[in-house]
Amino acid sequence: MPKVKEICILSGKGGTGKTSLAAALATLCDHVVVADCDVDAANLHLVLNPDNYLTEIFISGQKAVICNNKCTQCGLCLEYCRFKAIERCPDPVIAEGRVSIVETSCDGCWLCSRICPENAIEMVPQDKSKWFVGNFRKGKMVHARLAPGEENSGKLVSKVREQARKTAESSGADTIIIDGPPGTGCAAIASLTGADTVVVVTEPTGSGLHDLKRILELAGRFHIKIYVVVNKSDLNPDMTEQIHHYCKKEKIPVIGNLPFDTEMVRAMVQCQTVTEWAPGSAISGIIKKIHRFLITDHTR
Amino acid sequence: MTTKSSVMKIAIASGKGGTGKTFISTNLFAIAVRENRNVVLTDCDAEEPNVTEFFHGRVIDRKTITQNVAQIDQEKCVYCGICRDWCSYNAIICLQEKKHICLIEDLCHDCGACLAACQYGAISEKEKTIGEVITFSIAENALITEARAHIGVYSPVPVIKAALTLTADADIMLMDAPPGISCPFIATVVPADFVVLVTEPTPFGLNDLKLSVQTLEQLSKPFGVVINRAGLGDDRMYEWLDEKKIPLLMKIPYDKKIAQIYSESRLLVNEDLSYGQAFARLLINIERSCQK
Repeated sequence: MPKVKEICILSGKGGTGKTSLAAALATLCDHVVVADCDVDAANLHLVLNPDNYLTEIFISGQKAVICNNKCTQCGLCLEYCRFKAIERCPDPVIAEGRVSIVETSCDGCWLCSRICPENAIEMVPQDKSKWFVGNFRKGKMVHARLAPGEENSGKLVSKVREQARKTAESSGADTIIIDGPPGTGCAAIASLTGADTVVVVTEPTGSGLHDLKRILELAGRFHIKIYVVVNKSDLNPDMTEQIHHYCKKEKIPVIGNLPFDTEMVRAMVQCQTVTEWAPGSAISGIIKKIHRFLITDHTR
Repeated sequence: MTTKSSVMKIAIASGKGGTGKTFISTNLFAIAVRENRNVVLTDCDAEEPNVTEFFHGRVIDRKTITQNVAQIDQEKCVYCGICRDWCSYNAIICLQEKKHICLIEDLCHDCGACLAACQYGAISEKEKTIGEVITFSIAENALITEARAHIGVYSPVPVIKAALTLTADADIMLMDAPPGISCPFIATVVPADFVVLVTEPTPFGLNDLKLSVQTLEQLSKPFGVVINRAGLGDDRMYEWLDEKKIPLLMKIPYDKKIAQIYSESRLLVNEDLSYGQAFARLLINIERSCQK
């Protein structure tokens, strides 16, 4: 069986049109698995509207909880915690100098719980995040929801990727399209790792170019084919030219310039992709070309 | 952290990327500078800092931000594996029979657990650079502090926290937050007195706004909403804000001219008088909300 091809859509900067492009590429395929790896602010399901047949809990980490009737307020945990996640109540009268956990600062390292001489600190799993697998009109979709303020988005992304591969194998799909997160941190790395191709969507703004450089630097560390798409390219033709110039210098092919088109937003409002909503539009034509290029591209 | 109570801390945030956080925070900052206020803008989007592209300033301070990573002395190690068991981040690989131990620096969270676990004094720590905090002087009473994480670091949070700690005192502190609702966002909004959520009236914008609002409600933070690119999308955003009684602080229409000005790293308030006034009103609006 030929290896499944994994195409990752990334951008560095948010709001450049990653998800809209990923959705359009997905609906142009006939038999595809889509992995929404923007687990922090997942949107792809709004357009692809999957019918979930599997929902699983994701343990994103642990948080320390102090058991007040065991705690002797010795303060050893305060000394050991490096995340400033343990505080002593400043008012000795009201709270008897009690120590407490600052939940938003706790990193879940377990150290306080291990060193507490009274065994007064318990680690409670963070189980509010979930991942899903569902059917949509052109294949299957794996997506997730990280609970607010929870950590380890990188781990959840890896979970989504792993599940997407399994789903592709069992359903016989030959392509996985990955909608990545913004940024250049661990969630972006987890989205890239092991993919065959990355498509970086940028926009002709100062911020877009700055972030493009950072994401290309990151992608350059992986053995992966890199292409660039300039979205809203007619907004600032000079800057688009600069992006092309930069990519040429870095030997990275620009495989499409998409114009700014309000049809893109109208399609989103209708919960459709732009190629479904306005198949005859200029922008849909360019996206179809990009799709054909990515699917038939076998060079390494 | 000691802060003067007179400082007004305002975070500018959004769940979805690219809705115009930096657009709002840079224009607000420019207005505060124009009014000769004592103001500082902290760019907390450490994975993609963009604020300084809009201003010409002089670097007045540059601090390297480090975290500790463990290092294991193979001479002293007895390969008992306790440090591996205590590490919650799977950063230590220990093969007892083969007498092999190694640490994956990229996974180390600087928690100190392995150090506390080792009975044989085989673990020490060294510094690893994860980013920098750069301070720019923009005008007499105006500074920008930029958090810039190195590409690929596991978490920008220590760099963001360092930037917030290193930010000089001012009457107004604006914080340009990273996108999303996870730790980097939390680290930025926790110290804020008020959060401005920037969104766009599209289904994606509304979906992500709901997540941000849910997070801020959990943190009991007061907030208001700025709608950018009004006129695009549909009315569901406005209906939801009405229903939830969330204050709408400002509405900026979709206008290709505004997008062009932003794309050239120019400031709208410097190009258009009426927007100068609108942003001045927004600042007053936010200040009033902070005092409530």
